[in-house]
Amino acid sequence: MIDYLREIISGTWSLFVGLGITIRYFFQPVVTVQYPHQTLPMTPRFRGHIELVKDEETGETKCIVCGMCQKACPSNCITVNGEKREGVKGKVLTEYTLDFTKCSLCGLCVESCPTAAITFSKDYNLAGVRKEAYIFDLKKRLEAKN
Amino acid sequence: MSAFAESEAKETFVLNLGPQHPATHGVLRVKLTMDGEYIAEAEPVLGYIHRMHEKMGENRTWAQFMPNTGRMDYLHALAYNHGYVSVVERAAGIEVPERAEYLRVITAELNRVSSHLLWFGAFILDLGGFSPLLYAFDDREHILDLLESVTGSRLTYCYFRFGGVYNDIDDNFVPGTRAFIKRLRERMPMYHNLVTKNIILMKRLQEVGPISAEMCRKYGATGPVCRGSGINFDVRKHEPYSIYPEFDFDVPVYEQCDSMARYMVRMDEIEQSLRIIEQALDKLPEGPVMAEKVPKILKPAKGDYYHAVETARGSFGVRVVSDGTNTPYRLKLRSPTFSNLSLFGEACQGMLLPDALALMGSLDLVIPEIDR
Repeated sequence: MIDYLREIISGTWSLFVGLGITIRYFFQPVVTVQYPHQTLPMTPRFRGHIELVKDEETGETKCIVCGMCQKACPSNCITVNGEKREGVKGKVLTEYTLDFTKCSLCGLCVESCPTAAITFSKDYNLAGVRKEAYIFDLKKRLEAKN
Repeated sequence: MSAFAESEAKETFVLNLGPQHPATHGVLRVKLTMDGEYIAEAEPVLGYIHRMHEKMGENRTWAQFMPNTGRMDYLHALAYNHGYVSVVERAAGIEVPERAEYLRVITAELNRVSSHLLWFGAFILDLGGFSPLLYAFDDREHILDLLESVTGSRLTYCYFRFGGVYNDIDDNFVPGTRAFIKRLRERMPMYHNLVTKNIILMKRLQEVGPISAEMCRKYGATGPVCRGSGINFDVRKHEPYSIYPEFDFDVPVYEQCDSMARYMVRMDEIEQSLRIIEQALDKLPEGPVMAEKVPKILKPAKGDYYHAVETARGSFGVRVVSDGTNTPYRLKLRSPTFSNLSLFGEACQGMLLPDALALMGSLDLVIPEIDR
């Protein structure tokens, strides 16, 4: 009988202790951010979808069309094409398409690139209603930046 | 009304729990044969999120399977990374630099804490308490920020590589992690006051959902489920891998066999993981984070290799069979929750439905890992 009463009292007290914690935290600063009105800074290593890097000297892409990224990709979402041009050493990039619908952001392509021609973008606000919106023509994106 | 069915089931009906039910945490379906409020029979139905990870592994190169490992147990992705890279390193005979091993342990333990915090929030949510989830996510957010600054992603990490890790830590990581350990240690008594000592939680978990040590052995349950039944088994202690033998930590074991015991094991494990991280940060050596001579096209020698790691849910084993080519001949993944779920059918017989859901929550199920 005494144990029963003790349990009722200690049990009720435990509920008040919990409520006390909740009330204490109610008066503490807010930890959440009012997204999208406020945003947090991205960490420098954030891995978004890939992007072609501009060569500072020539203003063109650093890509040498070796196809290593295409081979390294586990889900075959990269298509690289190039052609031989007269007077230019090596191949010239004509197409670099990323099918972001299949990409799993593992970063194996960036690691395999011998000339560091691709990097991660900081895009995280991706939304669209059509599948085609996620098939990125990275060459065009690079040219649009210039 | 008693907690267990007192007589044989006479008139039964079938109740579908899932595949879209908040308490099953994903697409798990449990076919329950009910006798009123008591469960007469429970049959878990799997396969709703089967993605053929094993077969996928056999159709791509060794390195290309890396992103898949983070997508099985998405709550403790780094342990899965660890298991897979370790077995391939064993097969190919790659030596890992010491600093890389330390970084692996630190990040994997941080990930374990974040997994336990999420389980804590979701488990209390299953029992009907909403606010502890928000407290747990506040702390978990700090871990995700720390891991994002190192790995580049927030959930499905792909950070480990054959022979090391993807990149070195930045300058903020060590002080940030120390600050987090201090913060979480200060918050743990709050969690215990808010949740563990709460009379409603105690009444719902104590002496509810008994899983005997014998049943754990019968179904091969590992992790907090078997440690809550008095079996002292932790792969980190009993089949040590990586640099775990260098650290001083305890394996929390509870003898009560009830849902509360499994709850307490996980809460204590958070503290033990913090101890490991703290020691690893103290000892963190300088040096490279990647082995020098890792061939670009990996072709491990012919043979059969196995490696097990301790994830937040139990023992995860990878067996690879190499035929000397650049793709595995066979890749077998032994996931802990599959065994942990298997005992559910036997354990919940005769239980009340709400008690069975408390038992299911205490198993900490991650469905993509069960189905693979």
